[in-house]
Amino acid sequence: MTHPYIPNAEPGVRAEMLAAIGAARVEDFYADIPPELRLDRPLDLPEPFVAEHDLVRHMRSLLGRDTGTEEALSFLGHGCYPHHVPAVCDEVNSRGEFLTAYAGEPYEDHGRFQALFEYVSMMGELLEMDVVNVPTYDGFQAAGTALRMACRHTGRAKVLVSGAVAADKLSKLRDFLAPDIEIVAAPVGPGGEMGEVVLDDTFAAIYLETPNVYGVVETRGRELAELAHAHGALLVVSADPISLGVLAPPAAYGADIACGDIQSLGVHQNHGGGQAGYIATHDDEPLVAQFPSRLFGIAPTTVPGEYGFGDVFYERTSFALREEGKEWVGTAAALWGITAGVYLALMGPQGMREVGETILARTRYAMDALAGAGLRVLHDGAVHFREFAVEVDDAAALLDRLRAQGIYGGVPLDDRTILVCVTERHSIADIDRLAAAVASARRADDEGGRR
Amino acid sequence: MSGHAAEPFAKLPVGPKPPLRRFHQARWDEPIIFEQSRPGQRGIAVPGPGAPAVELPDSVRRAAPPALPEMSQLHVLRHYVRLSQESLGVDLNVDVGQGTCTMKYSPKVNDSFARAVAELHPLQHPDTLQGVLEIYWRLERMLAEISGMARVSLQPGSGSAAIYANIAMIRAYHAARGEEHRDQVITTMFSHPSNAACAKTAGYEVITLMPDADGYPDIKALRAAVGPRTAALLITNPEDTGIFNPRIAEFVELVHQAGGLACYDQANANGILGITRARDAGFDLCHFNLHKTFSTPHACGGPAAGACGVSEALAEFLPGPVVAEQDGRFSLVTPPRSIGKIRPFLGVTPNVVRAYAWIMTLGAEGLRQVAETAALNNNYLMHKVLQIPGASAPWDRRRIEQVRYSWQELSEETGVHSEEIGVRAADFGVHYWTSHHPYLVPEPFTLEPTESYSKEDLDEYAAILAHVASEARTDPELVKGAPYNSPIHKIDPTPLDDPRQWAPTWRAYVRKHLA
Repeated sequence: MTHPYIPNAEPGVRAEMLAAIGAARVEDFYADIPPELRLDRPLDLPEPFVAEHDLVRHMRSLLGRDTGTEEALSFLGHGCYPHHVPAVCDEVNSRGEFLTAYAGEPYEDHGRFQALFEYVSMMGELLEMDVVNVPTYDGFQAAGTALRMACRHTGRAKVLVSGAVAADKLSKLRDFLAPDIEIVAAPVGPGGEMGEVVLDDTFAAIYLETPNVYGVVETRGRELAELAHAHGALLVVSADPISLGVLAPPAAYGADIACGDIQSLGVHQNHGGGQAGYIATHDDEPLVAQFPSRLFGIAPTTVPGEYGFGDVFYERTSFALREEGKEWVGTAAALWGITAGVYLALMGPQGMREVGETILARTRYAMDALAGAGLRVLHDGAVHFREFAVEVDDAAALLDRLRAQGIYGGVPLDDRTILVCVTERHSIADIDRLAAAVASARRADDEGGRR
Repeated sequence: MSGHAAEPFAKLPVGPKPPLRRFHQARWDEPIIFEQSRPGQRGIAVPGPGAPAVELPDSVRRAAPPALPEMSQLHVLRHYVRLSQESLGVDLNVDVGQGTCTMKYSPKVNDSFARAVAELHPLQHPDTLQGVLEIYWRLERMLAEISGMARVSLQPGSGSAAIYANIAMIRAYHAARGEEHRDQVITTMFSHPSNAACAKTAGYEVITLMPDADGYPDIKALRAAVGPRTAALLITNPEDTGIFNPRIAEFVELVHQAGGLACYDQANANGILGITRARDAGFDLCHFNLHKTFSTPHACGGPAAGACGVSEALAEFLPGPVVAEQDGRFSLVTPPRSIGKIRPFLGVTPNVVRAYAWIMTLGAEGLRQVAETAALNNNYLMHKVLQIPGASAPWDRRRIEQVRYSWQELSEETGVHSEEIGVRAADFGVHYWTSHHPYLVPEPFTLEPTESYSKEDLDEYAAILAHVASEARTDPELVKGAPYNSPIHKIDPTPLDDPRQWAPTWRAYVRKHLA
């Protein structure tokens, strides 16, 4: 049978093409592969579902075993967030012209260049910075690259990293930086913000996250920027862009490099597969030279009034320089950038402010509700955005009880700490339901304890 | 009324079609989105808080709203649909012109499976994720069988990220054996630039082998390069020239004898599926690009997805977690000496699901048909292209799945360069890419037809090239003046490299050029 995806496997056309080439068999094309390297048996793979209907049935039977965050009431975050995705984001994201395009030239992919230029431009407005890259893989990579950029820029090989960073992210930073860059962890203060900071002239950067892994909004950015600059170091701030309608952008308090993940901007959770990283700086040539990633910019054409686009400062990249480039650049996450651009255009300044205000208010409401249900809320005095941590007797036991009621109650940070995530998707009734379920689980535990 | 008074209408039957398609891409003169903003308009409403507002200290409150565009929903949608029409994906064109990138059909049904994981969270309890974890587990095993490797990780976010993960594992492996003095990585000039750049990022000195007179990586140069400082060989086979190195096992053996590891970049695996495997040539590590060989869409440059395959000896270093199975239940475990995280969570799940579905609809026989047809299509296209006067392919060797061609002869004769031919080809509705730097092959172009395209598609593509080549002879200025049928005209790239003029965002453009 000729497979629907392989037109020229049809025997007639195959023979016709072989005849045109003057080859006896397809086997002739593999003459360079020596017999001892040939696989002399068929691959040991499952029987295929060639008919689309059979494939659909198979895939549904597998995927039907998952219970997603729309079937449960989910308070899971910790780097992957359940924000509302406007339908227009999905519509644009699934357009075949974008979905199946790749690395075309400005003449046949003009729209892709413009859409990505507009994405970085809208991010630039949100961040108040003039240079933003075409997305890198994810916020982890963006943080690692931002710190490497700071080290290359300053010629130093030591960075101070906030202790309020997710363990997985720290693991990535260790792998990516540790071979030649020393990572010094800054303590977390009692309020959940970055604690006491000691710096000297050997540091390339202070790395701060806001909101940090506990959902705490850092308030001492200006002070840390001044401290870093006094020692010839840079302030690198990872900020979630969805917070920036209400929270000050890192540049406003003196950050030199901003970075983070854009999954919150119109990209579904995708089981963690919707991440994409941004890096931004001011338009400062030496720092711009440290970007490994692609930068798109406007260029004129022969026709007045026409915008052309192209790669800015392409000779920085490993495409041009191989090992002499700055890190590497390859296929990363461009379509999520286009999608995030659609999101920002839909939201506008007003929508971004409102979604920020809603998340702030509901986060505080949820903190109060869970405190009311008897949980100890960590860093209660700090401003929180979207996430907060609670301390419980047994995180796994509580989460199991909640799950039995169709609630994914949060992400366990350790045996006794749960990180709870609240977005604009969680109604007040949803939060009340969580609080009631927590209170009831605690009562059940108490009763169990008395027996 | 259509038609000009002086031009009579054509008669029935109206066929046959003209020899070349009369293509014209959509041209919308679409303003930059900021130019369409109308203060007070909005594209979507947001739920109100329903709870008391939070007072923010001045130090963290945003002082002024971001200058984002303000537009109604239809106008945002229309803007982006117009931009999409000004882009040329696989769904629209005979996309054989982006050699080394394996442009192929991304089945629509697989997109529907990807949508089914849209609202899964990666940190749900594994009991609620058994379906997606099983897909990971099955795909890991299928890729292990396809490569011959012992274990696979699907965490990397792309091919280049997988190359980097492999280098990180190589570094961890040598460190675990107390062999940190191994500080050199050997690669070849026709490997993707990421091989060299990833090795450099990981702290290695990079040694690059040049091709020998036959187009193979130079084995004498390899012999001279290997030694006690060798950490690894990173090599693609077939290379981006389409040439398979028949002495590849000997290359691996030389590196092993020196105590190094051998790592196979399988970006070009599409033509050898089921025919030869990385492990069978002795490799310790390999990677696949799921968006190339396994058909997940390229998405304007990602989201991509990569897979690392390793031998038993390297399995303990894999990025974690990986999926484990016991009694039909799937869970996550982190290998004992894992290099840690390469990216958040488990990787790019929508693409993992798509790649799994693609293999499940083809099976062993189907994958072999993919490879054989890719090789057939490539050799057929080569046969057609080499009939075009002025086109050549250096090194008279068999090719597997792509060919790096040269227009040197045509260029010398006409003064028209490969890049200009590519721009003119766009006027006929196809994409064409020159090649990676450095241009070891002069005036290069690299075509990779894959299995997705029909004989008629390949004939059409070759006819376009032949037509443009003949234009270069008869009217070189016509070719140099292209494009004519694109959304825009010829670009002056100089501002892009001038720090005083470049504008990587709209705000930079406004500040530098409109203020």
